[in-house]
Amino acid sequence: MIKSKFKFVFFTFLLFVIIKPVQSAEMVDPIKVNWSFKGLTGTFDRAALQRGFQVYKEVCASCHSMQYLSYRNLGEPGGPEFSQEEVKAIAASFEISDGPDSQGEMFTRPGRPSDKFKSPYPNIQAATAANGGAYPPDMSVLVKARKGGANYIYSVLVGYEDPPQGVNLDDGVYYNKYMIGNKIKMPNNLIDGLVEYSDGTESTVDQMAKDVTTFLAWAAEPELEERHKIGVKVIIYLLLLTILVYLSMKKIWSRIDTEV
Amino acid sequence: MSKEEKKVNRRDFLFTASYTLGAVGLGAVIWPMIDQMNPDKAQKALATTEVDISNIEPGNSVTVLWRGKPVFLKRRTPEEIAEARAVKLDDLPDPQKDEDRVKEGKDEWLVMLGVCTHLGCVPLKDKGDFNGWFCPCHGSHYDVSGRIRKGPAPTNMEIPKFEFVDSNTIKIG
Amino acid sequence: MSEHQYVPKSKAGKWFNDRLPLLTLGAHLTDYPTPKNLNYWWTFGGILTFCLITQIVTGIVLAMHYVAHADLAFASVEHIMRDVNYGWLIRYIHSNGASMFFLAVYIHIFRSLFYGSYKSPREVIWIIGLMIYLLMMAAAFMGYVLPWGQMSFWGATVITNLFSAIPLVGDSITTWLWGAYSVDNPTLNRFFSLHYLIPFLILGLVVLHIWALHVPGNNNPVGIDIKKPSKDTVPFHPYITIKDAFALLVFMIIFAGFVFFTPNVLGHSDNYIPANPLVTPAHIVPEWYLLPFYAILRSVPDKLGGVILMFSAIFILFVLPWLDTSKVRSAVFRPIYRQFFWILVIDVLMLGYVGAMPAEGIYLVLARVGTIYYFLHFIVVMPVVGYLEKTDPIPMSISEPVLTGGAEPSLARKVNDKV
Repeated sequence: MIKSKFKFVFFTFLLFVIIKPVQSAEMVDPIKVNWSFKGLTGTFDRAALQRGFQVYKEVCASCHSMQYLSYRNLGEPGGPEFSQEEVKAIAASFEISDGPDSQGEMFTRPGRPSDKFKSPYPNIQAATAANGGAYPPDMSVLVKARKGGANYIYSVLVGYEDPPQGVNLDDGVYYNKYMIGNKIKMPNNLIDGLVEYSDGTESTVDQMAKDVTTFLAWAAEPELEERHKIGVKVIIYLLLLTILVYLSMKKIWSRIDTEV
Repeated sequence: MSKEEKKVNRRDFLFTASYTLGAVGLGAVIWPMIDQMNPDKAQKALATTEVDISNIEPGNSVTVLWRGKPVFLKRRTPEEIAEARAVKLDDLPDPQKDEDRVKEGKDEWLVMLGVCTHLGCVPLKDKGDFNGWFCPCHGSHYDVSGRIRKGPAPTNMEIPKFEFVDSNTIKIG
Repeated sequence: MSEHQYVPKSKAGKWFNDRLPLLTLGAHLTDYPTPKNLNYWWTFGGILTFCLITQIVTGIVLAMHYVAHADLAFASVEHIMRDVNYGWLIRYIHSNGASMFFLAVYIHIFRSLFYGSYKSPREVIWIIGLMIYLLMMAAAFMGYVLPWGQMSFWGATVITNLFSAIPLVGDSITTWLWGAYSVDNPTLNRFFSLHYLIPFLILGLVVLHIWALHVPGNNNPVGIDIKKPSKDTVPFHPYITIKDAFALLVFMIIFAGFVFFTPNVLGHSDNYIPANPLVTPAHIVPEWYLLPFYAILRSVPDKLGGVILMFSAIFILFVLPWLDTSKVRSAVFRPIYRQFFWILVIDVLMLGYVGAMPAEGIYLVLARVGTIYYFLHFIVVMPVVGYLEKTDPIPMSISEPVLTGGAEPSLARKVNDKV
């Protein structure tokens, strides 16, 4: 009796949740991509991560910082897994400011794996001023910071269109089908063949968007693979223990007349 | 009777298995709580320190910070080297040859962690009974090779991993 | 309480126990006679204890790495997630643990409402429980501020501004809470301090809650007083401990599902954007467990009125034992009240739902209807139904109708069906 009532309430609530609020027409649901990192045992595609880093480095990094990542992360397990030599070479290709030295002067030196990703601007104000008043957000946790996650980022990257009739855009504002409000201050930076992938993959816009989104998804959740791996073990363990405890409980309660 | 016994056995097995599996799980949960206090990934990756030694005159020394600890770099005079090598190993609480504490061919450079092996204070230079270092905390005397000679410290001062990048630069770590 | 005197077997045990009767306490807790017909809704007390301990342990660990400074808080959380050994695991357990804590506490509260556990002689247990619930909300709110993301900052701004509704001294109080002229670094610092303090206050209240419970003993699904110990009771250990353990494990499977596979689904994506005092997010929503109250707040078009109503929604629960006029505890035997109980459950769920939606159109209407029913339920339905309702016959003891059928076999079946 209580159970049936409980079910009734549960499904009433479910009904509430399922009926989506009527949203303004300009919102378009992001494209659903079948990412390799989805699901209970999802992992990142190493090659896509390495290509994605290349896209970030050659295209995005001129405006977007990733201040919470270090070059050493690129060689850590669960990520792009560049070799230690490659990581050192990547780090050394950046001039990092350091100091003060014994004379009190700041100086620059080639980057080391322990350094954080070099930011294109010294601070948010400089980044905002250099980009027409729109701050290019830091991309370290961007995928977690946007509703829709990786799907949304990917959709925006491929969602540039000519504005529909009647929509007037100011200078430096672009029309994007998936962007909230449809107006975006980032120009469409991806064109076919923009980067040259060393593994021979053809660099179509779609390919680059997918690769860089994969890279950003890893950057936001570098623990994802370990989390999935441990998670599966934990759930299996808990199920086993639950069964054992259930049987123990049945045994113990069989000493008296009441059922559990 | 045997049926009863079987029943009891199965129950015992169930309880033992539950307790054992539960204990294993508890242990597995405790480990992350302990490991989180170990040096994190950023600490482990901490940079090496490079020191410019071109300005250090013989007989002088500098102190630099590496991994949050002082490192003494001393350019020793020939007399000091001779003194360090004249010591008989039997006189040392922690016998070690001076040759083993420096890089071959760079005998004048002593690079060591400036941390007393007793309880971690920083010894003072050019003090003590052996022309080397003296720890003011509990009175440990070190010689010009950084070896313990007198006092409560158990071992010689530690030599970190280091290398000469070129004739003017030492990389510690 | 069990009346027999416990005497430790070993000499050393006796020596110690004479000076500090810890062993007597332990024996009391193990032997504590518990109604044998407790169903799984009664396992949430144990689950809640687990939640509290989990939050305290993971919280202490996180505090070893977290930096309570407006410029560094967000970065220190990222440091925990990326660099600290198992930091991501510990933080996700802590953040999802808050949600699981509230899930359990809501079930616990509604269980009490259904079976009349708040009624005489258990009023004090109920009131201490509500104090725990209030402290939980304060702790959860301040904890949510600590990562210093956009939702942290603007949630803190909105909630602290509630106090500005107080006439005359409102603004001074708000400024005093902030320690600045807006939510700023001093606010973050004091919230961290209080967030660390409150769980230990809760722990103290939990001890009182259990103490107060052990005076009259557990209520039970039939809601009748039982003789203890008797054939209606079982010792707490092993009967209840093993049942609690089983329920806890099922709960942990759900918990682990969130932590390992959808750790951010209960949070808001905007909180991964660092706090920015110049830009308010388009849509400010509190964490899900505060949504019903948020809906009540927004259903009133008046600032002070909304705040008063929201706080009343909680404080009305404190006088619940005296609003309920029914002589019968368990809703199992209250055919009319039972219907209203489920309406209340749906009402609160609906309030939670509209709390997450924009405060306009149909949602505003629903919020108002829901708010009105919420208060009507406690102020009108409870006293009136309790007075007028013709309750079903109540069994004499837990065992009797179930075992022997007693004088009234039909009643036995009825009770069997319902419990």
